Formats: sequence, structure tokens, C-alpha cells
Amino acid sequence: MKMPFSAMLGIFLTSSFVFLAVFAQFLAPYSITEASGGVWEGPSATHWLGTDTIGRDIFSRLIYGGQITIFVALASSVLAFSVGSFFGFMAAVRGGWADQIMSRIVDLMMAIPSLIVALVILSVLPLNLTVLILVIGLLDSTRVFRLSRAVAMDIAVMDYVEAAKLRGERQTWVIFREILPNALSPLVAEFGLRFIFAVLFISTLSFLGLGIQPPLADWGGMVKENKDGLVYGKSAALMPAFAIAALAISVNLVADWILSRTTSLKGGRGG
Amino acid sequence: MAEILLEFKDLRIEATSYPPGEPPRHVVLVDGVSVAVEKGKVLGLIGESGAGKSTIGLSAMAFGRGGVRLTGGQILLNGREIRTADAAGLRALRGREVTYVSQSAAASFNPARRIMEQVIETSISHGLMNKSDAEARAVDLFRQLGLPKPESFGTRYPHQVSGGQLQRAMTAMALCPKPDLVIFDEPTTALDVTTQIEVLAAIKLAIVQTGVAALYITHDLAVVAQVADHILVLRGGKKVEYGTTDQIINDPREDYTRALVSVRSIEHAEKSEARALLSVASVTARYRGTDFDVLKNVTVDLAPGQTLAIVGESGSGKSTLARVITGLLPAAQGRITFAGRVLSPDLLGRSKEDLRELQMIYQMADTAMNPRQTVGTIIGRPLEFYFGLKGEAKRQRIQELLDQIEMGKGYIDRYPAELSGGQKQRVCIARALAAKPKLIICDEVTSALDPLVADGILKLLLNLQAEAQVAYLFITHDIATVRAIADRIAVMFKGQVVRYGQKSDVLAPPYDDYTDLLLSSVPEMKLGWLEGVIAGRKMESAGN
Repeated sequence: MKMPFSAMLGIFLTSSFVFLAVFAQFLAPYSITEASGGVWEGPSATHWLGTDTIGRDIFSRLIYGGQITIFVALASSVLAFSVGSFFGFMAAVRGGWADQIMSRIVDLMMAIPSLIVALVILSVLPLNLTVLILVIGLLDSTRVFRLSRAVAMDIAVMDYVEAAKLRGERQTWVIFREILPNALSPLVAEFGLRFIFAVLFISTLSFLGLGIQPPLADWGGMVKENKDGLVYGKSAALMPAFAIAALAISVNLVADWILSRTTSLKGGRGG
Repeated sequence: MAEILLEFKDLRIEATSYPPGEPPRHVVLVDGVSVAVEKGKVLGLIGESGAGKSTIGLSAMAFGRGGVRLTGGQILLNGREIRTADAAGLRALRGREVTYVSQSAAASFNPARRIMEQVIETSISHGLMNKSDAEARAVDLFRQLGLPKPESFGTRYPHQVSGGQLQRAMTAMALCPKPDLVIFDEPTTALDVTTQIEVLAAIKLAIVQTGVAALYITHDLAVVAQVADHILVLRGGKKVEYGTTDQIINDPREDYTRALVSVRSIEHAEKSEARALLSVASVTARYRGTDFDVLKNVTVDLAPGQTLAIVGESGSGKSTLARVITGLLPAAQGRITFAGRVLSPDLLGRSKEDLRELQMIYQMADTAMNPRQTVGTIIGRPLEFYFGLKGEAKRQRIQELLDQIEMGKGYIDRYPAELSGGQKQRVCIARALAAKPKLIICDEVTSALDPLVADGILKLLLNLQAEAQVAYLFITHDIATVRAIADRIAVMFKGQVVRYGQKSDVLAPPYDDYTDLLLSSVPEMKLGWLEGVIAGRKMESAGN
């Protein structure tokens, strides 16, 4: 199958972002804390995207900020998927009261807007990266739980799963060897979408001041620091906002492409 | 010579398939088929799956399903070329001159609308009659097709009538616009034998009374022999043989046709009674949340190395019996003894040895194998799980098993999607054999397969039984299969065993009413069988 242009563009942009993030230390022209220019300078040869509210190079901070943002988003998505899909599969395979209890707990968590839950938890707990990843990951895992439970329900009634049960296989074998390989494609596509939501979520938290703390920089925090400049017509706050949008769109393009390749389990073509 | 209604001239049908991860492939589905149907006559199209019979059938309304293209030759309907007709021409023709009856009536009716609305829909939309005329005609057709309460039948919803009745309603739908030609696409395949005969008789009567011509598509030669005037045998999209029904059945000229006619000729000497390996004693079972016993007081025995066939219609509880024996559905009452031990009713209470010695083969080999595992993994897992085999020893044993199921080399690293239907079922058999079981439960293992392939599977099962002394509990609705392989038979009806004993006793008169009905409903490959049975039944009911 030929890869559509949108997917190629998405893959190119996403990998550029990842490349910049991984090699931030070597690529950024200035350090993250160095005030190398005047306040809110416009783009120039020395400062490609201008400087921020205290004269730091925005381009360098964007690269470092990308590193943190992508790392936290990735870590929390991985956590959300490990926890969510494991319990989702478990609920589907076990059924009965185990399923009821897990599903109702998840319903309960989903009933409260996750931003509010996150704000409450983060205002109580110490603010560091580990706590941030845990909170975002666990809140997101409820969505993954719902998806993986639904996908696994369809698979758990297949004869080969029954055959494995008749053989006397343990539950972990059934989950990891019979169900997981068949549930992987929809989950991979969902991973892309969840990753974007995590990026947006961190950015939101940082913008509200409960996310990543200075001296570390992240995109949401940068918007917050520079938002006052918007009143004076300074573009500094737009740069990180633009970066968030670009990352979200490019990952989305890739996720869309994977989704269309795998479609549903039943009418699944290709994959 | 009578007037010709439909004629295919050198028909060629092609399609492009898109296998995952490979470049698109061009396939020729039908190649150079020429045949004609006279007015008021019935042409039977017969062949295995993939023979192109449905494709040819649909091409009679110049339709290609899912990207199928009619690329060559001529299709003449009432003297007009329709293959190259434009969309408006096709719309005028479909549902007016040619109508279609599909295999699954349940999937073809809209569950949200009453049957009458759907039966008269095409007649009205084509402007052939007004609503009251169409309804009157539909009621006439319901009566002709022997539907209960024809006046009010149309007011019901599809889920309120049985599968056989729905199939007849669909026939009424096809006949309502007074078409010249009706395409019957396996109309009785999904039905139980006792229902099939009713529907078959109704369809035949309707064809005779309305004088419509028909294309009758089926894989069952015995069925088509009852309704068709001529038969076209197809294989791989090519014509094998064409002739009158009489000639095809009684004097087939091609080897392939002969094989189809003589299918199910396996001889199996019945083994004598012996001490039981499995004994099911007064088992009663019901599904959770229901107040209805699916199995009522079932008692059967099975001796080592023998075959017990459980026969019955859908809903008779035969598959439930298998679930109870395997422990998937714990019995409410009764006891199951296996190899001298009393089996725990629940799967979780059984030892690994119990599980190993009792294996199962499913009807749908497609869903019985994990599509993401190779044949080697599928067969190898029981070896590893029960016997701890690893590495080279495991691979060697897998190859032995593949040899046993006559598949040879080169299959071990394939995925199920790369196997044919018969091969998939063979792999499932190998997976069961790998555990060295004493008993294998075979749940309708041949009913999803073409007759010749099914024959191969049955022969294989019999050979394996002779080699490995494994017992089979063989669940089926097909009497021919039972004759071929059973030593003992239990006939089930509504959750009860109504007749049970050695094969020679069960299949010999005097019969109880149900067994008589069941046995007399199995289509026989001779002309006039249907009329004979129907006449016999009318006599009986008149006598009563």
C-alpha cells in the first residue's frame, strides 16, 4: 500500500521533533537559563525566534522544552497503556464481579473532569517529574482501560481463547499471548492520540503553574511566562504554542494513518 | 426448442485482491463460461466454494459484488445485452426482470420493518402494481409457499418468525414483482435438514406454479437434483460439465462430477460394545440467568477408540453437551466419569491430566486458531505445555504431527491466513492430537467445509482413530456423516436423548417419530426424492 502524503509529512515532522528533543544539548545554540539578549527581542540572526521575558533565547528554550514535554508525555502514555490495557484485558477475560468492580471504579474516575482531579492531587503532592508522570499516566489509563476492555471482549469469545482455557493455560498466557497480539493494532493507533492528549495536558498544567517547574522549561510554561507580551504585540508566547500545535498535528497524522490501515478488528483489511 | 431467457456467452469475470503486505493481485474468477436458461426452466449451478457459482449467479443481474468486474463475454437477458448496460438500464432490470434470494434471510431482512412492507417494496418502487394489488399478491404467495396464517403473516416482524419461514418470505419477496428469472443463492444451506425439506418443497412448488425461470446455486448436489432441470458443474471458475439433471446424477461424464456424486461413500464397520471411557450419567444443565434446562437427564457412554455421534437440529443441546463435558458449562446435576475418574463439573477443578486427555476440535477452524500465531506455535504449544518439549525435539514432533495430518513440509512457519479451509481444520486436528488425548470432541468439524474436503477430513479422522486408539464424540446435524463414522449414535431433540444405541440399531426401523422425520429429511441423490417424501408425509397426515 502506498503511504499517503499526510502520513509521510506526519512521520517527518514527528521524527524531527524527536530528533531535536533527543539531541537538545548539542543542537541548542544557548543554554536554557542564559539571558543572552534584551527583553522580548524580535527574531534575528543571533536569536532565530527572538528572546523571552528576561532575554533568554526562545529557540534554545523551545528545544529543551520539547525534550521535557515529549519525555513526560511519552512516559505517562506508556504508563497509561501498561496499566490500562492490563486491567482492561483482565476485566474482559475474568468477567463477572472482577469486571464490575474495575469498570465501576473507572466510571467513577471518569465522571470527574481529569483536569480538576489533577489540579487537586498536584496541589497536595510535591511537584516533581515522577509525581507528574504518575498522575497524568494514571488518569489517562482509565480511557485506555475502556478501549482495551472493549477490544478484548471481542477477542475473548473467540474459539482460540476458549481452546487455550481448555488446555489449562494461565490467565497471563491468555492475556499476553492470545489476546494482546490481536489487540495490538487498535491500541497502537490509540497510543498516538493519547500521547497528544498527554502533551496538551502537561502544557495545560504548566500554564496553570502546577506542571513542570522552573528552572526546567516546557512549552506550556513558556506560554505562561510570555503571555503578557501578547498585549504589547510581542510574538514570544506564540512560538511554544505553535510548537504544541505542530507536534499534536504531526503525531495525529501518523496515528490517523495507522488507524486507517488497521480499521476495525472485524472488517480488518491489511494490518 | 423453447425460448431462451438468459444466455451467458464466454463470460469472463475478474477481480483484484489486496493481500496484506503484498502488491495487488489480479484474479480471474470466471473464465469462458457459456450456458443458456430457457423460459420457465431451472438451471442448477453447483461447485465448491470459490468455484464462481455465486459470482455467475449475480452476473445474471449484471452485478459484481465488492469490486468484482464483469470483463468479457456477453450476458443476454430476453435478447438484450446487459453486461455493458448503463446504470439506468440496470436499475430498471433488477428487481423487475431478475430477483435474488440470498442464503441468510435473517441478515437480509430489515429487522425494524414489517415483513409485508419489505416483500412488496420492489413491486411498488418499480411501479408494477399499486399497494393493495401487491399486498394481495403477497398474501397469495404466502399461501402458495405454505406459510402459516397467510393473511396476517405480513404484519409480523422478521424476528417473530422462524428461519425457515423467513427464507420462504424472502422467496415471496423475489416472486412478488413477477420476474422472469429468480436467482436462488444457497437458499436452504443455513437451515436444519427438517426445515430445509419444507423450504425446498415450497420453493419447488412456487417455481412450478408461477412458471418462473431460476438459477439455483448450491454446493449440495442432492438438493439441486430435486429442483433443477439442467445442471452446470463448475470448478475454479470453469465449466466442468453441463447436462440434464438426470444425466449428471445417473451418468456423470467427468471425473470431478463423479467424485461429487459419489461423495460420502466411506465405509466404516461398527465396533462392538466395550467398557466405557467416558460416561455421562443423568446430566442436566442450564445457562446462568435462565430458568430453562438446555440438557435434560442426558445419559450416554463412549468406549475407548470408538465414535459416539450426537445428532440433532440446531437448538437440540448437542453443543451444550460438549460444553458440559469439557467443563465450560458446569452441569447442574449428574456425573461425568472419564477414564475411571469422576470429572469435576467445573473446568477450574480439573487436573492437567484431565485436560490433556480430553481435547476439542471446533466447527470454525478460522476462529479456533490465533491468527497471529504460526502453525508451528499453534501445534507446538500443547507439546510444550503438557510434555515440556522444547527446541529441536519440539520442532521434530510438530513435523511428525504435520505428516500425520498429511500436510508435509513447508507449513510449519505459515500463518492460518495462508492455509485453505481444509488445511486449517487439519491443523486444528493436529493441535488436538499433540496432547495425545484419549477423547476428542469434534463439534460440527466438517459442516463448514466443501463435501470433498469434508470427506478427506473424515477419512483422516478414521485413520487417526485406528492408529492412536482415540475416541471421538462427534457432534453433527448431518446423517450422512454419522453413517460414515459412528459406532454409537445418540439422537437429541430439545435437550433430551430421544434415541440411543449402536449405529445398526439406531439407523434401523422401527423408528420413533423424530428420528423418522430426521432420517427421511436428508436429501438423497436421486430424482423425484422430494416428491416421494412429501407425498409420503401427506398420506400419513391424511391417515392420522
